[in-house]
Amino acid sequence: MKFLDEYRDGATAQKLVRAIEQITTRPWTIMEVCGGQTHTIVKYGIDEMLPKGIELVHGPGCPVCVTSLEMIDRAHAIASKPGVIFCSFGDMLRVPGSRGDLLQLKSQGCDIRILYSPLDAVSIAAANPDRQVVFFAIGFETTSPPNAMAVAMAARRGLTNFSVLVSHVLVPPAMTAILAAPDNRVQAFLGPGHVCTVVGNSEYPPIARQFRVPIVITGFEPVDMLEGLLMAIRQLEEGRAEVENAYGRAVREEGNPASRALIDEIFEVCDRKWRGVGTIPQSGLRLRPKYHAFDAERRFDVETIETQESTVCISGDILRGVRKPQDCPAFATACTPHAPLGATMVSSEGACAAYYAYGRHLQATPVAVHLGV
Amino acid sequence: MCLGIPGRVVETWRDHEILMGKVDFGGVLKRVCLEHVPQVQPGEYVLVHVGFALSQIDEAEAHKVFAFLEGMDQLDELAVNSAMGPDPDEGPAEGKAS
Repeated sequence: MKFLDEYRDGATAQKLVRAIEQITTRPWTIMEVCGGQTHTIVKYGIDEMLPKGIELVHGPGCPVCVTSLEMIDRAHAIASKPGVIFCSFGDMLRVPGSRGDLLQLKSQGCDIRILYSPLDAVSIAAANPDRQVVFFAIGFETTSPPNAMAVAMAARRGLTNFSVLVSHVLVPPAMTAILAAPDNRVQAFLGPGHVCTVVGNSEYPPIARQFRVPIVITGFEPVDMLEGLLMAIRQLEEGRAEVENAYGRAVREEGNPASRALIDEIFEVCDRKWRGVGTIPQSGLRLRPKYHAFDAERRFDVETIETQESTVCISGDILRGVRKPQDCPAFATACTPHAPLGATMVSSEGACAAYYAYGRHLQATPVAVHLGV
Repeated sequence: MCLGIPGRVVETWRDHEILMGKVDFGGVLKRVCLEHVPQVQPGEYVLVHVGFALSQIDEAEAHKVFAFLEGMDQLDELAVNSAMGPDPDEGPAEGKAS
């Protein structure tokens, strides 16, 4: 496929690896923000192609992973109600809440539908006026325009049986939280390419300046990621800390103005709890008061749910790039994709699930763990 | 989750005043909301996430990394040639600062 195949070409990737080798003189620790990028790195073994000393740590950018346990439980409670058609992206259905997952509910006869697009939920609501249709609106900035469009379309069509359970998260506050932590190890970021197609790059220069970190907006294919790494390492070697765009074919400086305007019309910024991390101020989106009629939490009056996370799981440290999956005593033993204990194992884009899927748990134990470091 | 797939716009229409289109992903056709890429024409490529086009693919920008690598190849060739010394057919190098 055009714009995919050429970015997966092995010979091109090797040239970029050689260019990285030529400019690297010191060890550096670089975080890729997105779960999709983590998946590419582990799938293609990009981390193993790089010069020794270049360490890739995996960021918090998997929205399925960081959706709080409380929100999963709310989804479960709403989807259990009689007469509700509960619609969701497929990867949310296997995420365990404290009362089980949505897939189990579906097998018990609840009307839970896996959708490709939130806009399909609006069509389902229009076709079923006697049923309540709820869409589980999760995601980063990337997913906020389609979710906002679903609400706008429902409003325009006057639908009174459509609502959204909103659990949107924002990338820049999470990057700031990682960099501000005293044990931060991240020296440069591969920035979130698809987030930036929507909101642009303007939020990143203040972060680069404040924490002296290069941020290179990067795509998701192997050639994209190696180009992003080359640009990030060049900045580190030259002592620069700037925002650069390695994903120019998709990302404009200003993002997509129509999308930004729609997001601003439908949503407002709020504090948000991230699974494995805790509450990050101003890191989420919720519906503006004008659209509260479409808020599933208000419509169904779901009670506050207290939850308890695993005490063994170290996903919070993994999401901040402080530790790696193999550092966890439960990784691939008590915790697997079939029975996940925490955020980074619940979705295929989580670092632990990606390491598991590509057999990293079958490799020799890392030296650092042997030495008890 | 933030998956974005490039696809070629085949045709466009309006549905409840929203710009929609048929997009070809390597032979798989899908209905996609094009409301936020209103300038797009059939034959052009868009980046699609959950049935929604986030941006139009900039073909000129798409070529940049390959142009950069081509330039790197040419530099490598120059380096190899200069390591072999001046081409005897060209005679002694002239006009160089020494």
